[in-house]
Amino acid sequence: MNPRLLPYVLILPVTLFLCLFFLYPFVLVAQQAFSNSSGFTMSNFRDVTEHWKFPISLKNTFLLALAVVPIQLALSLLMATMVTKMKKGRDLILYVWTIPLGISDLAAGIIWLAIFEQSGFLNSMMGGLGLIDSPTNFLSYTSPVMVFVAIMLAEIWRATAIMLVILVAGIGLIPKEYYEAGEVFGATPWQRFLKITLPMLRPSLQTALVLRVILAFEVFAVVQALGGTLFPVLMGETYAYQFELLNSGAAAAIALIILAISITFTLIIMRALRVPKGATI
Amino acid sequence: MAVIEIKNVAKRFGEYQALHDINLTIADQEFMVLLGASGCGKSTLLRIICGLETASEGEIWIDGKRVDHLAPKDRGISMVFQNYAVFPHLTVFENIGFGLRMQKLPNDEVKRRVERTAGLMHIEQLLSRYSGELSGGQRQRVAVARALAMEPDVILMDEPLSNLDALLRMEMRAELKGVLAESNTTAIYVTHDQVEAMSMADRISVMHEGKIVQAASPIEVYRNPAAKFVAGFIGNPPMNFLEASPQGGGKFSVAGHSFDGPSAANSNLQFAIRPEDMTLAENGFPAVAKVVEPLGAHLLVTCELDGKLFRAILDSEMQVKPGETLKLSPVQDRIRWFDPETTLAVA
Ligand SMILES: Nc1ncnc2c1ncn2[C@@H]1O[C@H](COP(=O)(O)OP(=O)(O)OP(=O)(O)O)[C@@H](O)[C@H]1O
Ligand SMILES: [Mg+2]
Repeated sequence: MNPRLLPYVLILPVTLFLCLFFLYPFVLVAQQAFSNSSGFTMSNFRDVTEHWKFPISLKNTFLLALAVVPIQLALSLLMATMVTKMKKGRDLILYVWTIPLGISDLAAGIIWLAIFEQSGFLNSMMGGLGLIDSPTNFLSYTSPVMVFVAIMLAEIWRATAIMLVILVAGIGLIPKEYYEAGEVFGATPWQRFLKITLPMLRPSLQTALVLRVILAFEVFAVVQALGGTLFPVLMGETYAYQFELLNSGAAAAIALIILAISITFTLIIMRALRVPKGATI
Repeated sequence: MAVIEIKNVAKRFGEYQALHDINLTIADQEFMVLLGASGCGKSTLLRIICGLETASEGEIWIDGKRVDHLAPKDRGISMVFQNYAVFPHLTVFENIGFGLRMQKLPNDEVKRRVERTAGLMHIEQLLSRYSGELSGGQRQRVAVARALAMEPDVILMDEPLSNLDALLRMEMRAELKGVLAESNTTAIYVTHDQVEAMSMADRISVMHEGKIVQAASPIEVYRNPAAKFVAGFIGNPPMNFLEASPQGGGKFSVAGHSFDGPSAANSNLQFAIRPEDMTLAENGFPAVAKVVEPLGAHLLVTCELDGKLFRAILDSEMQVKPGETLKLSPVQDRIRWFDPETTLAVA
């Protein structure tokens, strides 16, 4: 076999699989988004974006991503550095911290609902401690901030571990000589983190952020469980168009808008965290 | 001003003892070379001195202060790492200036020092490159420049020139020595390379299996090895050894010849002589030439003598053929004696 062809032959099965089950449906969705009974049209996009709920759900989605992702980034970096410093019990801690990864997002939403509900843990705890007289409804339209905070907490709890896992692997790849050199040449632990860990972690940070940001724009089940209609997000709108309004053209249009946002952010992150030529290990 | 005192330092990694009771004082501005085979504990000793590793026992004193509990940066030390540890994500300039930036020196001072040390190491044309694009030898020079730029009291160098070609290494070693002498730095320099050790050192410490066997001037180490290990390690090729049995009256019989030996000894000893201290003489040892290697200036002849391999360095004009029997005679005052029990030199 010609060695120049071999790699292409080897990736052929995967490529075919992706074309069949990803690219083809994607083309169909795109076709749906850009057509109605009379052929090519932009009317689906116009209808969707002119609907009163669109700006709100767009704003909510961005707000949530903006509030959650930086906190998750900081948390996962902190947790990853802590785990790497550990000598014993490292695997156990990592295992415990990654448990939320194994729970579906709807289940995660329901768990946090059980905490914040009027008859939930939080109310019974505060009642038991005598902090409140009667149970309050935290998740009502009168307390939008509380709804937002609950969703944030659930998202942070649920999806920080995915970043953690990637960062732990990335930190493990940084040779310890660099830290020793940093130490000898006078860098404090904080400076070593800033000047050595962060820059050398760029490839992992890239992967972790891209994954997390894409997931943040696709947030749905957690929001649905905790906020319902109080906190509309883009993905919820897609669901509503498709299954409640039975307008698959509009649903496809929103899906494409989410895709465009995801691609844009992916490109921005890749660009911002790119490693200059020649600066790899 | 920086005297380094290493007092009773031992290091254990679990069961394995990497260093045994090391005692060594390095004078201010001295250039001390640690020489020894791979795995004998040279890097471990350096890492203990600079604080990256803690000694299991013993103390380190620098400039009259005990430094065991101090962080590396507070010991006034800079270091060239065996595996360079040049940061791949920084340019050569920022690598060399790393320590200076940590000290928050003003920009123009950083620039001045970086450019000066880069010049010394002949890497000024690389300053804007990332180290991922550099060759091993170039990275090594960046590592040396980074250590020099700190203008430290003490510089520790772990095989800093090992990756350079012979010519560049010779040039660098002279320059490095000059720079350090000028800057009044106390230096500890680890190397495998005996020529490097001989040519640079004020004093050489020969290490073997976690112990310092001899610490003395290069010529002393070469001429008067304190132990058989040193005699068999230093010199290329190293000393020859022959069995010697006492005949009484300070005389020893070596391969059928009688020599004056240490008068106090009356047990079996080992007779040692350097290959270049052999001459051709009628009454010499009969040795059968096995391999003849012309080395340009000299002729290296490996012979069989008293049932053992024996090397002699002869004049390159000599015509010697394998199989020929040579009559080899040692230069009397270059003969050394070792006790086979203690392996130490006997005078
Ligand atoms: N962190 C460690 N854990 C266990 N053993 C170690 C450790 N570091 C070094 N050693 C052991 O200690 C011994 C001395 O190692 P060291 O690195 O000091 O050797 P060296 O003289 O520098 O060798 P080389 O010339 O190959 O660099 C070796 O046998 C090594 O396996
Ligand atoms: Mg070493």
